[in-house]
Amino acid sequence: MTKGIGLRIYAICYLVFLFAPIILLPLFAFNSNKIIAFPLEGFSFTWFEQLWARTELHTAVRNSLIIAVCASAIATVLGICAARAAAMAGFRGKGVMSGFIMLPLVLPEIILAVALLVIIAKVLGLSPGIVTIILAHVLICTPYAVTVLNSAFANLDKSLEEAALDLGENRWGAFRLVILPLVMPGIISSFLIAFIISLDEFIIAFFLSGNVTTLPVYIYGLRRQSDDLPIVMALGTILVALSLVLLVAAEYFRRRGLKRAGMKDSGGFL
Amino acid sequence: MTKPLISLRGVQKYYGDYHALRGIDLDIMEGEFFSLLGPSGCGKTTLLRTIAGFEDISSGMMTLDGKNAASIPANERPTNMVFQSYAIFPHLTVAGNVGFGLRRDPRSREDKAKAVAEALDMVGLGGYGARAAHALSGGQRQRVALARALILKPKVLLLDEPLSALDKKMREQMQVELIRLQRNVGITFILVTHDQEEALVMSDRIAVMFEGSIGQLADSETLYRRPNSRRVADFIGKMNFLPGRVTDIGDRIGVDVAGLGSAQIAAEQATGGAVVGDTLIGIRPETLALLFPGDTTERRTVDGVVDEVVYYGDMTYYDVRVPGIDKPLNLSMKNLIGRPVLEVGDTTKVIWDERSLVVLRG
Repeated sequence: MTKGIGLRIYAICYLVFLFAPIILLPLFAFNSNKIIAFPLEGFSFTWFEQLWARTELHTAVRNSLIIAVCASAIATVLGICAARAAAMAGFRGKGVMSGFIMLPLVLPEIILAVALLVIIAKVLGLSPGIVTIILAHVLICTPYAVTVLNSAFANLDKSLEEAALDLGENRWGAFRLVILPLVMPGIISSFLIAFIISLDEFIIAFFLSGNVTTLPVYIYGLRRQSDDLPIVMALGTILVALSLVLLVAAEYFRRRGLKRAGMKDSGGFL
Repeated sequence: MTKPLISLRGVQKYYGDYHALRGIDLDIMEGEFFSLLGPSGCGKTTLLRTIAGFEDISSGMMTLDGKNAASIPANERPTNMVFQSYAIFPHLTVAGNVGFGLRRDPRSREDKAKAVAEALDMVGLGGYGARAAHALSGGQRQRVALARALILKPKVLLLDEPLSALDKKMREQMQVELIRLQRNVGITFILVTHDQEEALVMSDRIAVMFEGSIGQLADSETLYRRPNSRRVADFIGKMNFLPGRVTDIGDRIGVDVAGLGSAQIAAEQATGGAVVGDTLIGIRPETLALLFPGDTTERRTVDGVVDEVVYYGDMTYYDVRVPGIDKPLNLSMKNLIGRPVLEVGDTTKVIWDERSLVVLRG
């Protein structure tokens, strides 16, 4: 047992370091003192009430939701196509293709943001706004969608589709009646993960937003007045709670999908 | 077995540079239980998938029921397949699986339900319709796969190693059930297997395949008793291979067999053809016998020394060293009442019969 103690202490420190800031969020969000410091003063909903009163926030939330829903829907559809192609027999340039799809995952976002701004504003002559952010978010969400969906499609027995064809269905029928129901949990899981990524994405949204404000951009604006800090804490608390719910839901659907298809777990995001 | 239901002429299949099927000529008859037998990678599954329509042929001609198969997509062919993995749809019930192919059928909902129930009864799964498919055992999945294919009344049922995932006892039971099922429904069955015993037990005719071509096409008995080449003989059952010589070819064929002597054999003992010169002679272990002490025989014998004894309960397998042959002769004896088991080093006589010799090509 003594052998494991060093490792155990390391693991505990690691977790504290990772999660302490997140635990502090709700502590200060419900603290009645507007100065962010210990000791805590008293329990209060004040900051949540003030948060509710800000109409610019409502606009920012609505913008973010529109962007997140559109971007994750498009990314998931693209992901389905890519994962389906990847699961089929090899074709020329398959490796290069999936490499390009995954590229945004490792590109510095700030470079991506600047490049996109140049292309959208200068080359295409579009004005920055919700549509441009959606397009950019599709770019960064697609690798995540493809990762989740790849595992869903790769787990499918190839002969299931052939069996559907053999029993008289055409290709579309086989896809709709057999493949789609079996990968549906993967699709939902992919959508939810892309949704979270888009919802809290800041750099690209900041560069491409024009006069449209998304939620992360709005929060960034709040930081300037120290009076607003407790409100940021309250907002942060809500976002953490929401993210947790979505992530758990995504994982639930992924696992359910595996179970339903009677397959072994090959690892996911959680 | 009246007319060919499936005809292949010069069928070739390439996967890139890989030559999977090398000129297959084959007629499969109506109502026949036909097996494609061979080691893995011999092209038997490729051939089956070609018939199902999952693979195009690179060249050659295939007709299904008189029509050019190239123009019929997989979902319109009069064939249905039982997959090696069974490919049961895990998100549907047993009835949902069995009724899957009836979706485009114009019959009423009640008639379809009745057809599903009948199909389930036929494979011994009556009353299982409402069960979730992913919770079934291996044997049950296989029955669902059978019912799902047979409910469509195909002209040909294709079976891709359907028994390989089952344990030995279950496999033997399913072999008998499949034979009975095939007789009852009268549909042509094409079975792909690497298990020679399974093929011998179940088939009307067997095509033994090696490296993309058919080595021999015959009924079970001919295949076992009169293999046409060393690799067919090697793949099916056990065989002693002896160097020999064809000395003359007339009404009967004269052969010299190392260690045994010369003999006159019938023409059908050389299914692969015979030419005067050196050749390989095959003889099955069970057609040889030992002359036990005190017994006499009118038949031909050679002297030998017991080299190895393996006792199997009902049988004893002997290796007997015979002068003039490098490898000992392998033979098996039934352990009848009063028959002794010889020991290593015992001298004995091996009884042999010229009727069980086969001349092997190549």
